[in-house]
Parts: sequence; C-alpha cells; structure tokens
Amino acid sequence: MNTWHEVTTLEKIPPLGARVITTNQGDIALFRTAEGDVFALRDRCPHKGGSLSQGIVFGRKVACPLHNWNICLEDGKAVKPDVGCTRSYPVRVENNVVYISLPGAAE
Amino acid sequence: MKEKMKLVMVGNGMAGVRALEELLKLAPDLYEITVFGAEPYPNYNRIMLSPVLAGEQGIQNIILNDLDWYRKNNITLHLNRKVVRIDRKSKTVTAEDGMQARYDRLLLATGSIPFILPVPGKEMDGVIGYRDIEDTNAMIAASEVYRNAVVIGGGLLGLEAANGLALRGMDVSVVHIMPWLMERQLDVNSARMLQAELEARGLKFLFEKQTRELVDDGCGRVRSVRFHDGSEIPADLVVMAVGIRPNTALAESAGIYCNRGIVVNDTMQTFDPSIYAVGECVSHRGTTYGLVAPLFDMARVCANHLACMGYSSYQGTVTATKLKVTGIDLFSAGNFTGSKDTNEIVMQDVAGGKYKKLVLQEDKLVGAVMYGDTKDSSWYLQMIRDGKNVAEIRDGLLFGQSHLGNSGSQGQNLAATMTDGMEVCGCNGICKGKIVRAIKEQGLFTLDEVRKHTKASASCGSCTGLVEQILASTIGGAYAPQSSKVKPLCDCTSHSHEEVRKAIREEKLTSIPQTMSFLNWNTENGCAKCRPALNYYLLCAWPHVAVDDPQSRFINERASANIQKDGTFSVVPRIYGGITSPGQLRRIADVAEKYSVPMIKVTGGQRIDLLGIRKADLPKVWADLDMPSGYAYGKALRTVKTCVGSEWCRFGVQDSTQMGISIERAFDHMWMPHKFKVAVSGCPRNCAESGIKDVGIIGVDSGWEIYVAGNGGIKTVVGQFLVKVQTREEVLEYTGAFAQLYREEAHYLDRSVHYVERVGMDHVKKHILENTANRKALYGRLVEALKGASNPWAKENIHAYEFEPLTVGSM
Repeated sequence: MNTWHEVTTLEKIPPLGARVITTNQGDIALFRTAEGDVFALRDRCPHKGGSLSQGIVFGRKVACPLHNWNICLEDGKAVKPDVGCTRSYPVRVENNVVYISLPGAAE
Repeated sequence: MKEKMKLVMVGNGMAGVRALEELLKLAPDLYEITVFGAEPYPNYNRIMLSPVLAGEQGIQNIILNDLDWYRKNNITLHLNRKVVRIDRKSKTVTAEDGMQARYDRLLLATGSIPFILPVPGKEMDGVIGYRDIEDTNAMIAASEVYRNAVVIGGGLLGLEAANGLALRGMDVSVVHIMPWLMERQLDVNSARMLQAELEARGLKFLFEKQTRELVDDGCGRVRSVRFHDGSEIPADLVVMAVGIRPNTALAESAGIYCNRGIVVNDTMQTFDPSIYAVGECVSHRGTTYGLVAPLFDMARVCANHLACMGYSSYQGTVTATKLKVTGIDLFSAGNFTGSKDTNEIVMQDVAGGKYKKLVLQEDKLVGAVMYGDTKDSSWYLQMIRDGKNVAEIRDGLLFGQSHLGNSGSQGQNLAATMTDGMEVCGCNGICKGKIVRAIKEQGLFTLDEVRKHTKASASCGSCTGLVEQILASTIGGAYAPQSSKVKPLCDCTSHSHEEVRKAIREEKLTSIPQTMSFLNWNTENGCAKCRPALNYYLLCAWPHVAVDDPQSRFINERASANIQKDGTFSVVPRIYGGITSPGQLRRIADVAEKYSVPMIKVTGGQRIDLLGIRKADLPKVWADLDMPSGYAYGKALRTVKTCVGSEWCRFGVQDSTQMGISIERAFDHMWMPHKFKVAVSGCPRNCAESGIKDVGIIGVDSGWEIYVAGNGGIKTVVGQFLVKVQTREEVLEYTGAFAQLYREEAHYLDRSVHYVERVGMDHVKKHILENTANRKALYGRLVEALKGASNPWAKENIHAYEFEPLTVGSM
C-alpha cells in the first residue's frame, strides 16, 4: 500500500538542486529542475552507491558525485552507455507543497 | 504549420552522414531530409574494410547507422539510387531511375572513385578498384578460388589490400611505380623497414614497374600483368590501388565550379549558395582529402551553417596516417619530408626495428614519421596541429612525452604490446580488448566517444595517452585529436574555453544563463562539466559582480568539505604554514571525540584531516573547531607547505615558515581553475618539496627563488625557474601575479603544469618578468578579487538547506 506524505515546500529545494529525505526505508533524494518539476529517487547510485542528492542537476538528469554517472531523474535509469537503475518514487506538487508516495507506513 | 525546408543529400557515406548527425544535434526540426545512396547499404565505416578483408571483422559489424537510425530521424533514404542530374534552376535532383526530389539546400557528399589505370584490359573480369563493400566482397570471393593476386599501387590502401589478400591465402605481389612504398607518407628509411616486415609476412614487391597491359586468359578474365620492360607476372586478380579521385562528375554536369574537387569556401559552400559539399569530393583551399579526420571537421562546419548558426569555419586539417596492418606500428603526419627551411631530428635503429624522424620549422614541429615505436604519435600530432612552440622541450622531444615527466599509467605506455586482457584504465577497470571492441563495433572516432562508451580515461585521465594510441591503431588515419584551440568546452556548446572566456569578458556576461543564451548553448541548463567551468569563469572575470551559483559547483565546494565514498565528509581546517598550538590541537581532539570521528589523519600538506563526518554535523563541527576552512575540497589555494627554516634549522638560511604563513594568509579564499599548492623551503635542501608545487619557493642566502608549474600528482613534473627576488613583498607580488595569470588564462580543470605546457614558459615570463606594469596589474586584480573574502565555514556563509535533511510527515 502506497501512501502520500507531505515533505516540504517547493522553495526549500533550490532550482537545479536537491534535498535529502531521511526515512525508515533509507535516504531519498528530492530533485528540482529549472522548470520547477520535482523528482524523487533512492539516494544511491546504481554504480557504487554514491549519494545522488549531492550531485549536479542538469536538464532532467543528475551527475553522481562519486564517478559522474548520469542518472535520469524521471525513471532512475543510468544514462547510456552505463547500465543500472535506482528506484524512483512518485512525487506531486500542490499549492507549492511537495508530496511523495512511499510504500507502507514510512515515517 | 510552416512547411520545413527540404535538405537533399547525394551520397550516403561517412562524411555526409556525419554532417547530418551534427545537424540533427543542432537543429533537429529544421529540415525534411532526403538521402540518395548509390550503394545498397546504409552508412558504413569504410575505413574498417581492410579488417573485413583481412578476416578480422564481419561486414555486419561495420555499419555505423542502421536503417532504424534513418527512420528514427525521419530521414527518407533511397538506397541503390544513383543521382544523375541536378537541375539548379528548379532545385531538383533526378536519380537514374527517374525518381526526383526537390531541395532548398543540397548537400553533395559523393566521395571519391578509385583511379583505374588506362591500360588495355582494364575492363576484364578480375580487375577491380578498392573502395567499397562490393569490391571487398569481390576480393574475398576471388581469394577462395584463385591463387595469384597483383596489387598495383604501394600506398596505404594497396598495402592493406595486399595484406588482407595474403591473409586469405593468396600469393600477392605489390607493383609500385615509385622506388619505395607509401612515398606520400614515408621517407625511404621507414619505407624500407616496412617493406622488410611485409616481406617477412610473404608479400612480394616489384618497384619502378610500369604496367603496360593486362592479359586475357581467353575467357574474359585476367591472366597476367605485363610491364613496359616486357616482363610479365601471373595474376588471377588485379587490384588497382593507385589513388582516388574526387567524384565530381555530377557536380560538373550541373555547372558547379570544380577544380580537381568540388570547390568550396571555408563554410563548405560551393559556388552555388544553395549547394554545400563535404568529404572526399571537395577541394578546399586547393587541397583534397582522402582520410576521415578532415571529413569530420568539414561535417561539423557544414552542419553549423546548414543549421543557420553561421559562425563556424573550416581551416583545413593536418592529416596523419597510420597503416592498419595488425602488428605493424607506423605513423606519419604533416610535412615529414622537410624542405630547405626545415631541419630534422632523427633516430634510427634498424636492428631494433625503430625509426623516428621529427621535422621542425623554426621552433615548431611540422611533421613526424615513426616506425616501430608510435607511442607518442598522438602527442606529436597534437603539437603539430596546435602549432606549439617546442623550443623549451626540443632537447628531449625525440624521446617522447614520458621523457618529459609524464608517468603514464603504471609505467605502461606501449599500447601495441598490450594483450586484450591487460588493464588500461585503472580507475574504471577497463581493459584493452573492451576498448578495441567498442571502437570497432560502435564506430567510435574520438577520444570523447571512447570515454563516453567505455569510461576508459574518463576519470583521472592518466591513461589518456594509452587510450589515444589504441584508438589510433584501431582506426588508423581516421584518428586525429582536435586542435586544443578549437576543442569545445563540452557537448553543450561548440565554443572552446578561450571563446567562452573571451565572450564573458568582452560582452560583460555576468551570469550562467546569460552566458549560455549569448553563446547559443544547445542544452537548457548545461551539464556537470560546463556549469562549474562557467561559474568559475564568471567569478574570475567579474569579482564582486558575478554571483556564485552553489548549484553549479561540485558537491565538495558546495558543502565546503570532501565527500567520501560512503557519503560522509572530511574536514581539514587551515593550519597556516603547518604551525599549530596546544590549544588548537586540544580543540581538534575535543571535536573528534564529541562527533566520534572514525579517523584522524595527518595529511601530506601538514594539516589534520577529520574523516567520516556526517553532512548534517558539518556546521556544528566547524563551529566547535573555530578554525578557518582549509579549502582541501576546492579548486582553490590548498596548503602552503613549509620546512622549519632559519628559526630552528641549522642549515636554514631564510624564515620559510613565516613566509609560508604570509602567502597562505594573503591568498586564502582564492578560487582557481584547479587546486593550487604552494611550498616554501628555507634552504636549497628543499625539505618542503618546493620542486613539485604549483608555486615552489626556495630560500637561498641571497633571497628567494620562485619556481612555477611543478606537479606531484598524476603527472610528476619539476617546476620551472621563474625568478629570484629579495623581499617578502616581492615574493607575494610574483606569486600572486603568476596565480592571477593562471586564473585568467587556464582552462577550467587544468593544473598550472598543463596551463604552462600549453602557453609556454616564455609567455609566463613575458607577462610577469618583462613587463613590470603588467605584473603589478595582475597582482592588483588578484588583491582586488580577494578583498572581503571570508571563511566559508563561518555561520553567516552557510546555507542551512544544504545540510539539513528533510523528513516525511503523515497525511
């Protein structure tokens, strides 16, 4: 069962930046694009587990700070020629409030 | 909807399709594109035909753009349709079968045709040129049935054909009209070495023989080749490899001006402004090209103009040759024969199978030939292309780059002798076989493409030279490093570092979006490569005006700490000149206990590193430490290493610790293109290792010697002497002036050693030593830029959002 959770307001995520959400399911990275779209990925690069929330965001991608793998914000997939995927979570923004959908009862 | 312009391309080869690829990158929706190809195949890698003939590769592996690619890009492709007429009035092309297409812009990429000797019998069965898949298949088929092959022409193509046919079991003779092989690429010495090697592999050579006729076997197939001197050799297959000619027939029939090739200007436009031409069919500034590298340069320029961007121009290309015969290392580039105003440096070791010749004109390298040892070929080629002044390194030039202090990758620097299983890139664990496979199967032509596809040399870059060699020996003459002057900053732009910096200065651009929009960036907000570079260039050009963009900084600079592999951070406070106190040490110890720091390490730069700190704790750690940031995470002034100096040391002649502290305080908070390390030693024993720092200062009895552009990292290089001065103020002024020159002129992420290697020590001396006003101005700009800079760990400089994690609330 997925449930929606309130996380933050939009202006608390810098444009082309990210924040980390600590949850009982591990860290989740919350990204904001230049256009104001918000995406959430598990905060672990499929390569060596780097924190994606610490990477540079550009377009709809983030560059992992450890070895510069590029990860697509929309689906968590590594951009070719790298191969791998990190989990993505549904996000919605209503009245500037950011909500994330997490499985089970996350706190 | 507005109707799109129509672009028709005649010819479906490597140059033309590369132009389309570049165009689609720049302006994907501008044209409705139609392509006519005379061959039945989509675009394939023509330079891989030799490995196909040699049986090292299958035809299916050399297709570069499959039919799906044309479909996906909405390109209408007509294969097997040779265009026979261009009507420039109605802007229409017509194919052999009557099919027509209208164009607004026409791109001619008709390539070249093999030159067939006008001798009796040239139309017989078994007589072919060597140009395309069909010819290759014909040779393979012949090798299965017949025995004797004669290749006419001892040039690059002829030798590759001969080698392939010999590997397929034929008895091969190479007939050459000149006295030695590959006379357009080799001098007589290297050619003789090559000949001996090929003879050892079973090829036979006949020199200075002119073909008179080809003799019939009575059934319409060739039986032998007869020469002007009356001699004759048996031949069941004759391959004419005496050269190629630009294929201009179509253009000429349409009245487009041709002179050997289709004449184009620097924008690849023909005399008809609606018609462009690229590739082997063109004549540019009186030169025609038959190698792939220049064709790709042309394609890039042509695409820029077809996309209506209009600022790129083609200036010609220095070409290089590498023979693609497995196991033979041979390279030549530029003007290798020399002329009366050039001179040569030569090394010849016949028994060892090594030959090297460099041709210099004044202080520039203009040509090179190498046989047996080609490991430095791309290094030489880069210098030839850049027109670099080599006066300073002339003495060691012949011995190669490794001689100049580049450590290479684990001492491994001969790509040819490596087995497929040997590791090339230690950072990413990539071995040679993987790189070769990727180059062949995915049709890679540039270092950047190899990096993208394999990751090899994409991290620390120390194996770049090896990867370049592998690339060069795999694709032969197709490989040419781009001139570093025109190399784009990243994939988001076609502008070089210099062009970007110039625009920022001259057009007074003060923000990243403004710069990207002015320079027509092709991405919305750049990438992880260009944004940090732009952020630095802006801050450097417009101190106190340009606003720092934390989101365009790598995490270490954004968080003022070094990220570690587990996501924790390390903290290195400044300990000016390496001099500490009981109070400071006690505080560091207290912090380490309070935050359970898992490891405390004394660094190589005489400081203390606290490792394993959680990001959220960083602001508290800094506050408790109450020490300034050491910038160990930044492209900035790192440490100033010192020895104990004259205050204590019995040998010391100068107070190096105090000098180090002065420098570290004066240049603290200085952002740089890359990290910047300084050392001060109190006597020539040099205990602070000043010889391998960006700026190294050595105290002598009569003053201070300043060395610059040393490096102790990936590339160990001893610094070069800049000047000897007397006073503390002078040391600061000269050091600051050098730092500022580097700040203003280096490419982002070039260490000072790379920067000085590029511009030359003479340039540095000219700006700092010969021109006092200029030195003072440089120093003044640095002092001005640093005015008011403060500790990034101070409370008022910390963005709280960077460090505070979010939590989820229930709804």
